[in-house]
Amino acid sequence: MATLNWSAIDSDPRFRELHDRKTRFLWGLMAFSIVYYFLLPIGAGYFPELYHVKVWGPINVGLVFALSQFIVAWLIAFVYARRASGFDDMAEAIARDVAKGGRS
Amino acid sequence: MKPRHAGISAALGAALLCTAAPAWAQAVASEWRYLTFGVFAAIIGLTMYVTYLAAKRVKTTADFYAAGGGVSGLQNGWAIAGDYLSAASFLGIAGLISLYGYDGFMYSVGWLVAYITVLLVIAEPCRNIGKYTMGDILAFRNNPKTVKGFMAVSTITVSTFYLTAQMVGGGVLVKTLIGIDYEYSVIAVGVLMLAYVIFGGMVATTWVQIIKAILLVAASLVMVFLVWSQYGFAGPAYFQQVISDPKIQARVATLIGDAARNMTPEQLGQRFLEPGLYLKNPIDQISLGMALVLGTAGMPHILMRFFTVPTAKQARISVIWAMAIIGGFYVLTLFLGTGAAMLVGPNSIIAADRGGNMAAPLLAQFLGGGPNSMLGNLMLSFVAAVAFATIVAVVAGLVLASASAMSHDIWVGIVRGEHATDEEERRAARICTLIVGALAIAIGILAQGQNVAHLVALAFAVAASANLPVVLLTLYWKRCNTGGVVAGLVVGTLTAIGLVLVSPNMTYPLDVRATQEKAVATQTAAIDKLRADAAAATDPAVRAKAEQGAAAAEKARATAQAQLKTLGDSRTSIVGLEKPLIQLRNPGLISIPIGFLAVLIGSLLYRDRRAEEMWDELYVRSNTGIGRAAAAAH
Repeated sequence: MATLNWSAIDSDPRFRELHDRKTRFLWGLMAFSIVYYFLLPIGAGYFPELYHVKVWGPINVGLVFALSQFIVAWLIAFVYARRASGFDDMAEAIARDVAKGGRS
Repeated sequence: MKPRHAGISAALGAALLCTAAPAWAQAVASEWRYLTFGVFAAIIGLTMYVTYLAAKRVKTTADFYAAGGGVSGLQNGWAIAGDYLSAASFLGIAGLISLYGYDGFMYSVGWLVAYITVLLVIAEPCRNIGKYTMGDILAFRNNPKTVKGFMAVSTITVSTFYLTAQMVGGGVLVKTLIGIDYEYSVIAVGVLMLAYVIFGGMVATTWVQIIKAILLVAASLVMVFLVWSQYGFAGPAYFQQVISDPKIQARVATLIGDAARNMTPEQLGQRFLEPGLYLKNPIDQISLGMALVLGTAGMPHILMRFFTVPTAKQARISVIWAMAIIGGFYVLTLFLGTGAAMLVGPNSIIAADRGGNMAAPLLAQFLGGGPNSMLGNLMLSFVAAVAFATIVAVVAGLVLASASAMSHDIWVGIVRGEHATDEEERRAARICTLIVGALAIAIGILAQGQNVAHLVALAFAVAASANLPVVLLTLYWKRCNTGGVVAGLVVGTLTAIGLVLVSPNMTYPLDVRATQEKAVATQTAAIDKLRADAAAATDPAVRAKAEQGAAAAEKARATAQAQLKTLGDSRTSIVGLEKPLIQLRNPGLISIPIGFLAVLIGSLLYRDRRAEEMWDELYVRSNTGIGRAAAAAH
């Protein structure tokens, strides 16, 4: 294994494409999730009146927003899992070629 | 953090045991203790049997540290949940919700969101690059001996903080729940955990965590079902019941004091579903949120779980399962907490434990038919046994992580220069487990009565300020090198610890003295007034009540005086401060950016050809799994 030419794989256009797509997707999703999460304590601390607004009986915006955090976290996991299988296929194709005789 | 171990009230089981209370009371009356021991024996027996089966499967070092990479994604998901859902989550968050409503629930959100970081940027690359420890990940492109040494120290630091909180919390909890002495509780937790880890390594640890997570989720589901059945499965109208509950309204009135005067009962109940009853300082909240969201991904015992699965894809699947289980569990705690507030009542919960830890166990007892029914005590015993299993499982994960760092990184990696046979390493790992376990028991006993709640927050803060920056930048930044890793680990850890040492978490004798002296004065005035009332009263019922009040006030005064006495003449905190330098309780907001900055500066100042040369290989491997997949196939 040690004789693999890693920089050749690294500059392989297919690996570059995997890298570009993955980087954009992951850090985008990461940034979104962090912003969405921190809106909860920031809102509770600085805009509490907003959280008091009732939407359904005694259920208020604050409760809905807190519950939505769970839904959003699960959605992010779901979206990532779906996209990641595409990344898996790309990575597998590269790995297959390497195994076939990628020693250079 | 939260007042989890704020101290078990002296009036412990007063509300639980009407008659025949022993010298000190516990949640289960002595006549029902056979139930407790039965349930405990059943659960411990089950885990011991699993350990026995696991011990036969631990044949290599890889089996001991990483269950031979043979854990499936689904199994690992349950095991992560088992590793993560500590007694603090189960008992602590349900308690916070029962006492403070909305804020308790908001507090739980960060613990789930933390797994998004783990899922997106940590789990898969770590699985592809690492072998047994966090040190392995860093050693890939940096100077192996140097980074393994520093990472091992950081692993042991983080785990020890977390471990101390678990051992002390566990000792108090077991004592409260079933009434065996604190020291024996700590020893029981330690010995049981050692049995799992030494004989069954990661295989047994994994299965103990899976069993515990399933029991925990099952117990919570049953309890939530029973809570809902009390209110006719009303759906959203359930919250109408919450806000109309007089016990909850009275609790809110106590919490907000004068502000309650102009509010209708309905408004008071509604206030329970609004923020601000517990978490007063938003900056601290954000700081803790940062420590959770970035710290979980730097927790050695969590990262270690990803070395147990065969592929990066299984690592991903395991995080997704863990998120489903952990998130679902926290949603259930909303109903456990509000259910306990309505059915048991905040006052009875506080009477059992000031931090609210007894909310879920008391709710179980109520749902089964109350303190005098067999089913009620059986359910209480079951919840107690699950809580006990929870502590043991979490401690097992922590001890395994520390022991691996000691044996794999320090002994094999540094002392033996990577030259140790499989058998030697396995023996070293077991010896290190014994050492760490013995230390955990000793620390647990020595730290009795200490306020250790902030240690959990500190563990997450160190993980987020030191461990996460170095792992993240090693995996994603080409210029990162040994200099940056060392700088990040040292600066991140010291900043987080240093900030806590000068924060309001420490004890400041001047403040405490002022508070306690005021308490003594207030109680003295109250005693005088009640005594006068009792003397003047003609109605015997009124007199008895006043005398009772006076006795309670005397007890409170004695507690305050005892506190004053323990303070002695000291004027300053353990670092010599009269008052905190910063108002931040959770250091993350400052220490995390400093940790990242230290890695950046350290890397730029240090020249390390190898780190750059290895970058291509690391990056290709972490993204494709090439190399690791082949290694696993051997």
